[in-house]
Formats: sequence, structure tokens, C-alpha cells
Amino acid sequence: MTDTSAIAPGLKKQVLLEIKDLKIEGYTGETWVPIIKGVDLTLHRGEVMGLIGESGAGKSTIGAAAMGYARDGTRIVEGSSIEFDGIELTTSTEADKRALRGSRIAYVAQSAAASFNPAHKLIDQHTEAPLQYRIQKRVEAQEDAIQLYERLRLPNPEEIGFRYPHQVSGGQLQRAMTAMAMSCRPDLIIFDEPTTALDVTTQIEVLAAIRDIVDQFNTAAIYITHDLAVVAQMADTIKVLLKGEEVEEAPTEEMLKSPKEDYTKSLWAVRSFERPQKERPKNATPLISVQNVDASYTGGAKVLDDVSFDIHEGMTVAVVGESGSGKSTTARVITGLLPPSNGQVLFKGEPLPPKYTDRTKDQLRQAQMIYQMADTALNPKVRISEIIGRPAQFYSGLKGTALKSRVDELLDLIELEPSKYYDRFPPELSGGQKQRIGIARALAAEPSFIICDEVTSALDQLVAEGILKLLDRLQKELNLAYMFITHDLATVRAIADEVVVMQHGKVVEQGPKTEMFTPPHHPYTDLLLSSVPEMDPNWLTTLLEERGVDNVGESANV
Amino acid sequence: MGDIASLILKRLGLGLITLLIISIIIFFMVELLPGDIAQAVLGQGATEENLAALREQMGLNDPAILRYFQWLGGALTGDFGESVVTGERVSAVISDRFVNTLFLAAYAAVIAVPFAITLGVIVALLRNTLFDRVANVLTLTSISSPEFFLGYILILYLAVKAQMFPAIASLSGDLSLGELLNRTFLPALTLVLVVTAHMMRMTRAAIINLLASPYIEMARLKGTPPWKVIVRHALPNAWAPIINVVALNLAYLITGVVLVEVVFVYPGIGQSLVDAVSKRDFPVVQACCLIFAATFILLNLAADVGAILTNPRLRHPK
Repeated sequence: MTDTSAIAPGLKKQVLLEIKDLKIEGYTGETWVPIIKGVDLTLHRGEVMGLIGESGAGKSTIGAAAMGYARDGTRIVEGSSIEFDGIELTTSTEADKRALRGSRIAYVAQSAAASFNPAHKLIDQHTEAPLQYRIQKRVEAQEDAIQLYERLRLPNPEEIGFRYPHQVSGGQLQRAMTAMAMSCRPDLIIFDEPTTALDVTTQIEVLAAIRDIVDQFNTAAIYITHDLAVVAQMADTIKVLLKGEEVEEAPTEEMLKSPKEDYTKSLWAVRSFERPQKERPKNATPLISVQNVDASYTGGAKVLDDVSFDIHEGMTVAVVGESGSGKSTTARVITGLLPPSNGQVLFKGEPLPPKYTDRTKDQLRQAQMIYQMADTALNPKVRISEIIGRPAQFYSGLKGTALKSRVDELLDLIELEPSKYYDRFPPELSGGQKQRIGIARALAAEPSFIICDEVTSALDQLVAEGILKLLDRLQKELNLAYMFITHDLATVRAIADEVVVMQHGKVVEQGPKTEMFTPPHHPYTDLLLSSVPEMDPNWLTTLLEERGVDNVGESANV
Repeated sequence: MGDIASLILKRLGLGLITLLIISIIIFFMVELLPGDIAQAVLGQGATEENLAALREQMGLNDPAILRYFQWLGGALTGDFGESVVTGERVSAVISDRFVNTLFLAAYAAVIAVPFAITLGVIVALLRNTLFDRVANVLTLTSISSPEFFLGYILILYLAVKAQMFPAIASLSGDLSLGELLNRTFLPALTLVLVVTAHMMRMTRAAIINLLASPYIEMARLKGTPPWKVIVRHALPNAWAPIINVVALNLAYLITGVVLVEVVFVYPGIGQSLVDAVSKRDFPVVQACCLIFAATFILLNLAADVGAILTNPRLRHPK
């Protein structure tokens, strides 16, 4: 193991990776379509470059290409040049490229939970590359792994590697994967959205760990993300991509202060949407009232513990908390999918039967759901007209031309032209359009209350903004109440009237939005709020100083 | 591990219940067969008195339910009654033959299972190459040809023309193991050809199914060579479906070999079942069917347990 930080400062400016005129094509619908349209990239030793853009911008494709790797169904077009430390990857043999991967260029994937092989212990996966390249013997490699786990502040570094992936939490897995990438002390690491799947509180510990270790070993990195605030913490330079083309590149500070291109500015401005906050009507019966609800899944421990809150007509209540805090379970109780073991749900003061099978059609129609993954929530083999038409037919008994005009009306409501979309299938639509169809399907039942379960978290910021504006417009026109489940506090700020904070199945704090966002907070609310990354590149540093490195994420004292 | 033990016990209990239901079905299906057993035993020339006496002796005049429980009680203690044709104990008739069948099945399985899985891994590695296609065509050809046809082809080439193996797999009392393996090689090979395709194609499909997983891409991006990606990263996660297909094929090796036994004149249980049906020797038929059912249930149970044991989530709970 060589200490790379001993390299003289003059060497730091040495070019490590130079990509010139990179063009990549993808195979769709029996033709090759350009995905990356001529991108240049220069990365020096020890430098961290942030690649940012919406989904479909080609960030991950470029990341993989930096390893000379073209994903299945893509190919690197001739004439592109990827030169890693003097080795031209586009013309190298497969075996030569394989010899670089893992040893000199390593990869950290978006979902560590899916990218660790479920059949092997973490440490065996960690030591695979060092053993493959005969850099270390098994025992040495294991000792080194344990040291890296320690440096990444994983709990029980001696023991954690001998667990299987399913026995370790998401944030810890992501750090273990960063450790694995470090196993051969590579010159370059590609981080492909390493914190996107994590909660804000967990994200911090992973960000801090990654930044630390990249610093310690003076490793160069390409950091791919769609989250500007995150990239601001991590990168020395930022490159903005749009639809496979570079928009602009600049050092982080400069990019944040004075972006040149309009597209970059629009990315920066995207969190500007905010609607005026509404007050609860006085002495009114709440539309939905969740009262002292306990719930658990068959035979399991309590998932909800004494949860109570009200939702009034025409208002938006945001339910926030980390994954596993019981947000979605609460939604399941309200819709009757999971009967509570204790407590009840009132609709306009009348108790709803706990099981959805016991509810009348009219009770069922009142509460509709919109899901996080529009991809999986819509049947890909069913036409849009039928997806939206079915609830209209089921709840309102519409038929023939009446049904068709209702579907047209709904498509109009969600700002999709009826004649164009009526006969299409979900896979032909973009993510944002699919989510709009999901909204139309919920509206088709003519509900008074809609549960939005993380509806914007799978979408790009600009598209998410459009969905939020649409939901807001619909609320005004149709006097809808929303229960908005999210872990994204920026969304809460944008659209909520009231906020309910949940942790470990309990409501820790609730109240009007303005109160929730002004101190004093409940300590957990405070932790959530302060964990949301800000655009300031020094935010993470300051936060870590305030809290201390050992007091972030899962280990934070609340 | 306590979870797994209780799971196995639960499955075993369910298996026993299934077996009980099957025993009911077998008994009453045989009961429904047309014709009179006494008549069949005594032949056309029997007088009414003789028939009546035999019916009384065999208990045929008792209600079916009573006879079912008598039969079931006997079966539980390993007593399947007497053959109505030869008068021998059914258990004595069947046990030798069942051992023969098990031997042949084991012989074929020992060759077929490793062969099919190895071949499956290789074609997954060389997917969409010429080798993959040729292997597919050959195994599919062998599975879609009737067994007796395959058997005769093998006899023609390996026994008659090349004279490498005997064409008839007759067994006598004291054969050395080598001699035994040599005599039964052709029937075993026929069975291998019949069951390989299914297992190989399942191995290939189960592995290829996993190749789009993020952890496979991760392994590739770690510089893992392609064969290791398949063997170390894909195969351990593909066991569950493979084991299920292997179990089904093993069951087939025991219960579905009648034609092969006939072609090679091999004294297995399949032949005795066919004989018994044609001679209306109902105690033998019932015993054979029950043994077949138990085989299926046991092998499926083994497959379930195997699939559980290869799943790290169940082996190592949180």
C-alpha cells in the first residue's frame, strides 16, 4: 500500500483521464440512437468532478465509458477517445480493460443494496479484486478491508464484513461499497448517484465518509448526481449535461455563483415554486381524522404506535420521516389495505370500516392513491384510455360516449392532449407523463382526498416541479385534500399547509408549516431539517464541525 | 436454524397429508376399474359358487371404506397385501424391483445432473454463440424423441454395431459393480439423454435471467473475468429454480421409465406396474402408485428445502 498523499503537489495537476469527442449510441426500436453526442472531459489526479443533469442526460453512461465499459445495448462510436493514464481504452482489448477495472478504476453504484451479491459475505466481495489481481493474500486483504471499514466509520469494523448484504443497513452498505472500491487503491473512482437512494440523515454520513476517503488517498473521482446541493459538497469542478451534450463546466464555487447558460440557471432556480399556506377552517369537522392508530404486519412488531392527525378539506398535509418511519403504512391504514390493530379512521366524522372490503363504493372513491413509481403503478399492456376509464366506469357507471368524454376531460385536466394520448400505452410516455396519468386515474374516481406517496421523488427536478404545480392547480379547482408522503423537505416547503413528522412509527411533531420551519423544533425535526444539503459548498464542512463527525446519520443523538 | 427446522417439519406434514389424499384417490380409482376381480382371477370357466367364495375370501363384499382403511393400515406397516395373481406378498415382489429402479435412476442422475448443470453454465457463458445453438438443438432433439426410439438407436449403434455394451440389461443375483454398471449403461444413457435438456435449459435461463442484475454489472466493473461472473456471482443466486427442475427430473427417472425398462428388458418397478394393470393385480397397482406418489412428494420436499438452504436471507436471518 503506497501513500499517495506523499506525491508532490506539482504532480497533482497531471492529467489522469482525458475523454475526447465521446459519442455513444443506444439500441432502441431496431435502430441505433445517439445517447452521448460528443462530450469532452479532462480529469486530473486527485480531482473530483461532478457530473450533473436530469435523467437521460447520459451521466451514468459517461461514467461507465470512463471505465471503457459500454452497458448492454449501447456502443461507443468509433472516433471517440477515452485515454486513461496514457492507455487508450476504446482500442484496448477486453482483457486489458478488465485488468484496469477494480484495480485502477473502481465503481460505486447507485443502489448498494442491489449491487452487492446477496449470496456472498461483504468481505468476500471486498477482497475479490485484490485477490484477482494478486495484490494481497486473502488474510492481508481482509485486514485491509477491516481498516477501510474503520476509516469509513462503519460500526463494528471487525465484524461487519462477515455479514451478508441483507444483514446490513442501506447507508452502511453504501459505505462498505465505497470501501470495496478502495480495496486496490484505484487512481479513479466513479460514484454513480451513491446517495440518491438514501434518507437525508443517512446521506450525510455517506457523503462525509466518501469525501474523507477520497481526500485521504488523493483519489480522483467522477461524482454523478442529479442533486446540485450534494455535488456542491463533493466536487472541485462541475460539468452540467443535457441530453448527451455538455452545457457548461466550471469550478464549483464559480458554477454556483454565476452560472452562464440558461439551462444551468433554470436548474438552480428550480426550487422556487411555493404556494401560499392555507389555514385550517375554524370549528370544521376534518375530512380525514386518524385517531390513535396502532398497526402491525402479520405477526410483526408494531409499525404504527398511537398515530393521530387530521386532514381538512382542500388542504395539504405533508407526512415526513425517514424510510421505515411508518409513512406509507399510515396510508395503507387510511385506505383500508391494512386494518389497524387499534384506533380508527374517521371520514367527515363518520368512522370508516377498517377493511377496504367492508367499505361502500362511495367510501372507497373518497380516498385515492398516487404512487411513487409511475412505471410500475401503470399496467404497461393497457391503453391510457382504459387505465383512466376503468375507475370512471367502476365508480360512476359511465359507458360509451359519456365515458369517452370523461376520459378526455381528465386528460385535459392533467394537461395532456386527449387525441394524442387516448390510445397510447404507458411505456411510450416519459416519467412525468406517466405520473400525470397516475394523477388522472386517481381523479377519475372523483375523490375528495388523495394520498400522494413520494410522487415526485423518482422524477427530475424540473418535471417534479411541473407535477407539483399541477397538483396545486387541481387542488384549487376541485377542492382536494392531499396527504403528501415525502422525505424531501424542499417539496414540503413548496406545497404543504401542515406538516406531520414521523419517526419509528410515532408522530413526533405536527403543526402548520410556518411553525414547523421556525425554531424551536423537536430534536428529530431539527435533525431532519439540518440534514438537507444546501447549495453552499461549505455546508457539509460546517455541519460536521457543528455536530462532530461521529454524530451524523444513524449514530446521531436525538 | 430453528426456523428452517420448523419449516421442514411443516412441509413434511403437508407432504403426509398430500400422500393420504393420494392414497384415497388411488384406492377408489382402482375400485372404479370395470370388471370383476374374482372373475379375472379365476378366468371364464369359473362357477358362480367359486366366484362367490373367492369374493368372500378376498373381502370384496365388505364396504369399500372398510377395505380402504384395512389397506391403509397395512400399507402403513409396509404390508401391501398379497398379489391376487401369484399369491406372493406384494412387498416382496415390489421391493427387489424398486431397488433396481432406484439403482438405474441413481446411475442416470449421477451422470445427468452434473452434466446438465455444467453444460447449462457453459452455454450461459457462451450464450448466442454457435456452441450454444448446437447444444440447444441436440438436447432438444433428444428430449423430443420418444424414449424407446432413443433406446433402439443406442442399441443399434452401441450394442449391435460397435458391440460396446450389452443390448439387454438382464440382472442376475451376483454381479460385480463394474459388470452391473456395464450392463445397465445403455438404459442409463437413454435416461440421461431424456432428462438433460430440461435441466440444462433451466440452468441457462436462470443464469441469464440474473445477468441484468446490478450486482452482476458491479462484478464486471470490478474486473471479474466472465466465467467467474457466471460461476461465482450468478450461479449461487440461480439455484432455487435449478433445484426444482432437477427434483422433477429425478422423480421422472423413478416413475417414468416404463418404456426404457421394456426396451432393455430391465426388471424395474415400471414393468411390474404394467404387468399388474394388465392382469388386474390390484394390490400391486395400488402399492406401485403409492410408492410413485411418495417419491414425487419426497423429492419436491427436498427441492423446497434445497431452495431454502441456498438462500442466504433464510440461512442467515438478520
